[in-house]
Amino acid sequence: MKLWQEYLRPNSISEAVQALTSSPGQACVIAGGTDLLLDIQQGRHSNVHTLVDITSIPELNQLEVRRDLLYIGATVSLNRIASSPLAIEHAQALAEASRLIGGPQVRNVATLGGNVAHALPAADGTIAMMSLDTQVLVASQENIREVPLQKMFLGAGKTALSTGKELIAGFCIPLRKKNQASAFKRIMRSQGIALPIINLSAWLQREGDRIVDLRIAAGPAGATPRRIASVEDLLRGNTIKDGLISDAVCELLDQIQFRTSPQRATAEYRHHLVKLLLVDTLLEAWDRAG
Amino acid sequence: MENILNLNVNGTNYELPIIPGETLADLLRYRLNLTGTKIGCNEAECGACTVVIDSEPVLSCIYPAERAQGKNIVTIEGLAKQDNKGIHLHPLQEAFVTHGAVQCGFCIPGQIMTSYALLEQNQTPTSQEIRYALKDTLCRCAGYPSIESAIQAAADSLRTGQPVAPVELSIAENKNRVIGQIQVRPDAVEKVTGKAIFTDDLKFKDMLFAAAKRAGVPHAILRHLDIGRAKDLPGVISILTAQDIPGDVYHGLVIPDWPSMVGVGERIRYVGDTVAIVAAETQEIAREALYLIEAEYDELPVVSDPVQAHKPNAPVLHKNGNLLKHIKVRKGDVEEGFNIADVILEHTFYTSMTDHAFIEPECSIAVPRLDGRMEIYVGSQIPYADREQVARALGWPDERVRVIGQLMGGGFGGKEDIMGQIHCALLANATGRPVKLLFDRHESLLVHPKRHATRIRVKLGARRDGHLTAVETELYGDTGAYASLGEKVMTRATTHSAGPYEVPNVWADCYAMYTNNPPAGAFRGFGVLQSAFAVESMMDMLAEKLKMDPVELRRLNALQVGSITNTGQVLRESVGLTECMDKVRDEMIRRAGPNPFLPNLTVEDGLRNGKLVRAWGFAAAYKNTGLGGGAPDKSGAEVELYPDGSLEVRTSAAELGQGLVTVLQMVVAEEMNVNAQNVRVLIMDTDLTPDGGPTTASRQTYVTGNAARLAARSLKQAITSTLAEKYDLAPGHVKFIEGLAQVGEKTIPLGSVVADMQASGQAARALVEYWAPETKPLGQAGDMHFAFSFAAQAAEVEVNTQTGEVRVLQVISANDVGRAINPLGLQGQVEGGLMMGLGHALTENFIVEEGIVVTDRLARYRIPSITHTPQITSFIVEHPTQEGPYGAKGVGEIVSIPTVPSITNAIYNAVGVRVDRLPVDQEVLLWEIKNKNG
Repeated sequence: MKLWQEYLRPNSISEAVQALTSSPGQACVIAGGTDLLLDIQQGRHSNVHTLVDITSIPELNQLEVRRDLLYIGATVSLNRIASSPLAIEHAQALAEASRLIGGPQVRNVATLGGNVAHALPAADGTIAMMSLDTQVLVASQENIREVPLQKMFLGAGKTALSTGKELIAGFCIPLRKKNQASAFKRIMRSQGIALPIINLSAWLQREGDRIVDLRIAAGPAGATPRRIASVEDLLRGNTIKDGLISDAVCELLDQIQFRTSPQRATAEYRHHLVKLLLVDTLLEAWDRAG
Repeated sequence: MENILNLNVNGTNYELPIIPGETLADLLRYRLNLTGTKIGCNEAECGACTVVIDSEPVLSCIYPAERAQGKNIVTIEGLAKQDNKGIHLHPLQEAFVTHGAVQCGFCIPGQIMTSYALLEQNQTPTSQEIRYALKDTLCRCAGYPSIESAIQAAADSLRTGQPVAPVELSIAENKNRVIGQIQVRPDAVEKVTGKAIFTDDLKFKDMLFAAAKRAGVPHAILRHLDIGRAKDLPGVISILTAQDIPGDVYHGLVIPDWPSMVGVGERIRYVGDTVAIVAAETQEIAREALYLIEAEYDELPVVSDPVQAHKPNAPVLHKNGNLLKHIKVRKGDVEEGFNIADVILEHTFYTSMTDHAFIEPECSIAVPRLDGRMEIYVGSQIPYADREQVARALGWPDERVRVIGQLMGGGFGGKEDIMGQIHCALLANATGRPVKLLFDRHESLLVHPKRHATRIRVKLGARRDGHLTAVETELYGDTGAYASLGEKVMTRATTHSAGPYEVPNVWADCYAMYTNNPPAGAFRGFGVLQSAFAVESMMDMLAEKLKMDPVELRRLNALQVGSITNTGQVLRESVGLTECMDKVRDEMIRRAGPNPFLPNLTVEDGLRNGKLVRAWGFAAAYKNTGLGGGAPDKSGAEVELYPDGSLEVRTSAAELGQGLVTVLQMVVAEEMNVNAQNVRVLIMDTDLTPDGGPTTASRQTYVTGNAARLAARSLKQAITSTLAEKYDLAPGHVKFIEGLAQVGEKTIPLGSVVADMQASGQAARALVEYWAPETKPLGQAGDMHFAFSFAAQAAEVEVNTQTGEVRVLQVISANDVGRAINPLGLQGQVEGGLMMGLGHALTENFIVEEGIVVTDRLARYRIPSITHTPQITSFIVEHPTQEGPYGAKGVGEIVSIPTVPSITNAIYNAVGVRVDRLPVDQEVLLWEIKNKNG
């Protein structure tokens, strides 16, 4: 079985969308391909006729400040994000997550676009972007629409993208202002099938000893990546102190029903770790915002 | 649409037609013949296929060739520069050679290319930066410290323009002209330049590609098999089933109980059983044909563990039942031993299955020759056993088959059994064309034998003063679907199950049981790794109970010269155990102070309440060299002198990365008084090289090393008498000096003797079949083994008491190897063995549920990477064994055996939790830490 029949390398978004819609068989966007090709090869993805490689589209390969936003094109490699001074300055949680995904060789080709398009409930890049108020630019033949990241996920592995008609062009993240900061952390399990078992990303704005605003996302916390709004509400506007943090931990535990995944972690273990991650990540962001 | 691919590889522009679905790795390997780029996993996990594209390292196995349009690619073949003066290695290549970073060599192109990209951007990398860059470029020989030091040396050289600094390695205390000196591998330059050829790199005219249809169910009767649709697939040339096997259906190294294919109405015993094999024009077609083969099964209840297999009502898997072997060790009177004990402890331990995860998956090629013979190209640990088993399957005499052994990308015991050899021979025989059968990683994980999962109960009795009075052990070993070397492995586990101690009363029972899991067979440590984990944990538990220092307790009971082992063997010489313990303890105390076994709190963070606790742990071990147990243990070697003065040593002992070729080269150079570079090594060809026996049981340095030494001596004698006669002098006047023969006052080139010998009707070569000292079977007192290696190790761990995560920070290791032949090769064995032990302790777990393999991809089976590597300090201890070459005994296995218990004992010392199940599970550890602290 061939991995694909036809491989196209369009130079513009409109050519890419055109290629998707006019394929005689199933067409798929490929960026890094580090997940997609393995999924096809190992039979987790249906046969693909056309792969539309979007990595030659200049627009999708930009990482730059556009007015008050940081624009990260869908095909910017994770290594570039991890080492980009702009990303570290404005989206530190994302830079940290990008540094942790896969190995160095994989990060040279893997992209955030792929991370989001796969719609896994706990992809590191996605969770980091969830805390950064990210807008997704979705391109179709007609236009480019902006979709808030959390609205992109309809279920495990399912996105709001219209398959074969739309592609992710990039991401927009508000620039960091004074007293704002973010952090990302995760915990791995090194035994057996060795996978990250839980991750958490926090963004906050402080004013003296008070948290003015914040966003927290954790995975896996359900079928789709999600923010933990009630924890945010509980902390928002309050002064950070031990009691408040324990309340936040309790609220977080109320909000997330963990699953036991065989060979990865029990729900109880995740329950225990997410407490540590929340405190750790929150305080990291807190210190950075000071 | 572009239908031509333009790309630049290593400075050359190529214009190639596009092949849909092609990866860059395939383009490089099959179309450009740049086979230095290796495929280890084909799933973006191992890093072997790394190439550099526009300055960035990427994995070519998941890089679409069409994406390389217009790009500049550098592969391993592009680093060295060639001019009229010869090859100039890149400093990285040179450093990898001289620092001993190359062992099997299969991962090396990936290691070097990843490092090359790093050094292009950063010529002053820190250790941390190197580890970050090489995080996912796996080496199973695991010479990670050597790889790191090579990269540092190359970086220095690139930055300063100075030559690559030599390796910093304390050479052996005892050295001769060649033996004991640092010697680089004869194949190292080929391996760092990508020129080294492994089986999958070979091409033959009209070669077909094979694939095997695996059962996929663990226990069943094959009810129905239909190959009709698959046969009709264009490009399929032949499909064979069990009824097409002309000779014996069953193969096996000890017991022929393993069917090459299972026929209709017959029993499937594990998911990797084969029901049909296909040969087709391309690999793609062969694999596609597998989907068209229709097999139906009547599934049967699964026997999933050895204890269940032993129950009277368990389904019966083989005609003689589920018990492969009941192994017994009896010494003294254990009942009396426990009666006189002041303390008795008993505990049960569990070890998991593990996979060898050699980076090179199995590959065999069968080539039918016009004279009616069959050639098998394969990386095999036992070429002569392959020959015999292939011949039997074809119904031929052995001599009609020739096995031509290839470089092996790691073996570790996992390339002893037949994998694809018989299948490709059957297909080549049926089609009259060469046939290649290459496993992908998935198939490799499913099919080849694993390390035995065990359950080991240990009961220790001791006096108040620490003297052991009795040890009783009961072992269950999961030998899986077929015997492989299960009986031998579990025998070794059993005889070593009371540890490297002199115990007056021993009682051990072992049940090696068939199950529906993948077969278990040889794996570095050969059962002793499992039983050492159990007994060395017990020794620490006993030390605590007796309030004794764990090293003192071990010293008190340690085997020494004059001791009698469990099996009734008197150790007459070469027992360096106490010296190993002392060396390790002294160094540990020098670093950690007088109380290394007490917990040391390193970080306390108020809010998160996180604590990192460190402590040291200690363990000792012993392991036989050689087959032992009454098995005839012999090896043949031939040494020949050529007119140009060079020598060649020939044997069918196997090189799997461990460094035997260097050892043989050095042995012959030492004996003939020539430079090692003047000695070529030809191995693993059953037509050209004499049988070296299996490469197992850490035996080759001893057995084949001796054969080579004696063959060289015999040749030397023949040369001496030829010269003595020619010049009419007493043989005492003939001397060998640096490639020259000195005859009285005359000095003549050694090579010129060849003509003299031929003139007198003699060939300038000598063949010796060396027989190792006779051993006795288990149950008969006397020497069960002709030598033992000994080791002690201390590990410092750091446990995160909030997450249960464990890191190993440093390891001190001392190994009594009798005599270090090549300290550089030894260093690689120590580093790699230790890392393998570390993997078994902390990361590796081959998971099988009800006969179904869960860890069926490399992504799910985690072997240690450079980021897991602790600081390693190695002491060489040399208690020579009289019969060994220059005193040497085995080293390959002993190095990894004490690692697991030294880590788990350290965990206990840090947090008070006794790990009795491998691998250490961070979640379980965390709950136990929490329970303990209330």
